[in-house]
Amino acid sequence: MEILDEGKGELLGWYDPEEHREWVRKNKCLSMENKVMSLKEAISKFVHDGVYIAMGGFGHVRVPMAAIYEIIRQGKRNLIVSGKTAVHDLDVLIAAGCVSKVEVAYSFGHELRGLSPASRRAVETGKVKVAAEWSNAALQWRFKAAASGLPWIPAYVMLGTDTFKYSAAKIVKDPFTGRPICLIPACFPDIAIIHVHRCDEYGNAQIDGTLVEDFELARAAKRLIITTEEIIPNDKIRDEPWRTCIPYFYVDAVVEVPYGCHPCDMPTCYYFDEEHIAEYLRLTRTEEGTKQYFEKYVYGVDDFNQYLELIGGIGKLNYLKKLEQGRAKFIYPWIQS
Amino acid sequence: MAEPRYTPTEMMIVAASRLLEDGKTVFTGTGMPILAALLAQKTHAPKLAIIYEAGGMCPATPPTIPLSVGDSMTTYKAIMAASMDYTMSFIQAGYGEYAFLGAAQIDMYGNINTTVIGPHDKPKVRLPGSGGANDFGSLCWRTIILMKQDRRRFVKKLDFLTTPGYLTGPGAREKAGLPRNTGPWRVVTQLGIYGFDDEKKMTLLSIHPNVDIKDIQENSCFPIKIPEKVETTPEPTDEELRILRSLDPYRVVLRK
Repeated sequence: MEILDEGKGELLGWYDPEEHREWVRKNKCLSMENKVMSLKEAISKFVHDGVYIAMGGFGHVRVPMAAIYEIIRQGKRNLIVSGKTAVHDLDVLIAAGCVSKVEVAYSFGHELRGLSPASRRAVETGKVKVAAEWSNAALQWRFKAAASGLPWIPAYVMLGTDTFKYSAAKIVKDPFTGRPICLIPACFPDIAIIHVHRCDEYGNAQIDGTLVEDFELARAAKRLIITTEEIIPNDKIRDEPWRTCIPYFYVDAVVEVPYGCHPCDMPTCYYFDEEHIAEYLRLTRTEEGTKQYFEKYVYGVDDFNQYLELIGGIGKLNYLKKLEQGRAKFIYPWIQS
Repeated sequence: MAEPRYTPTEMMIVAASRLLEDGKTVFTGTGMPILAALLAQKTHAPKLAIIYEAGGMCPATPPTIPLSVGDSMTTYKAIMAASMDYTMSFIQAGYGEYAFLGAAQIDMYGNINTTVIGPHDKPKVRLPGSGGANDFGSLCWRTIILMKQDRRRFVKKLDFLTTPGYLTGPGAREKAGLPRNTGPWRVVTQLGIYGFDDEKKMTLLSIHPNVDIKDIQENSCFPIKIPEKVETTPEPTDEELRILRSLDPYRVVLRK
């Protein structure tokens, strides 16, 4: 195949599929074993300084926030993060100083809430490096290629743009049509963390709502931590096997963390805690405020349960549940701030 | 002086909603585009299928507007909660008619920038990047760009070409390998509605009420083609305004 053009972005998380197959055979546990452990244990075992990490969900929807706080508490550094629509998840990690590099499809923004002050500061001062640009389709197709054990996947995106120039993709002449097509390289993250609605102790997991990229990401990552709203009996999984979107083969740790997505949206369970997000966005406008935020909500608590008390306890959590059901008044405090 | 009956933001959303033909698919982002699509559904296009890139397909009107293209409101009484691979494959296979895009900068060929202001390596302002924009702009049949117009945004040369418009002119998209017969179709600003002529350059199609024709060119760094006879965009009707305001009861978008 004739290579017509090559992006100059850094190729992160790519391995020859042959190499990955061998790694899988050597390292993945293919028998159904109990994988339940504490959050502390899961993070210290699988998230190491400098790893390439991807979070499931959609930036501020079904993101593993409890795990992210634990990463910060354990002082992990130089993480390389997949900005596959990364919103609150990535911003908090950057604000806490855990990240040195990001590859970006959508990052540093809070969608309708505006840009993320902490991330902007970090990128604009050069503290965090943008290693590559992608489109949303391209970055998630990197996982699809990896999940299929292939080196790349072809697509008609990024062609003709600077997004391509700053990516790590290649454009070739398609041997079937004769036209240019973009080859998107596979990405095998070192670690993925996905928050789900329920799973059994082996990691067989169900997700309600949109899957976003998790169907592919779970299979692309070398190591996978599942945090879950609840652990259910294996029998329940077997009652409705068509609901399983991640089977145990891929899972390395199962951690039960109810409300583990707070302050973000957990579809069907609880909605955004806009009050908390507004406080975060306000405080992270300055370095000092950022410090204050983490002192209060991460370093100042021993675990996630204490954090849940601090953000308003059962009263607040019930309100967020009602919001999700459309039975309470929505508030948008960041509009004034 | 009496309060104006509608704001420039409301004019933009109403104008955008009228562009959507019934019975087609539309991909939207957060903010104005969602309101434009919902308004179209409630007026002339009840069978317009709204799809969100994270997987929400054809939701009913939600109790509040989504803050994220992946949040719970995007699957409120929807027909399917799919995935991003699913929706992106859907448009790559030709099922995406319209897509809405926003932009920090646009040039005369409808190329847009949402990545960075200033140099990429030393950004003055780091923006979120492509998100789904490059995919929509590459793969949907007709993209509609919804943005405020001024000389900082309508630029001669983009700081970064995030999403393809007509690139460098006629034939450039096809030459780059993008699917044929796609590209930016309309640009809607607070001043008017634009299309693209045979040279794929931005051309005024209609001017909003109470906008001076001089403002069109004065708010752009590149030349905009202005035909001799210019139509005026019909004002938003009371009915359109009533429905629009009911769709955003907390005025999350409309207060802007």
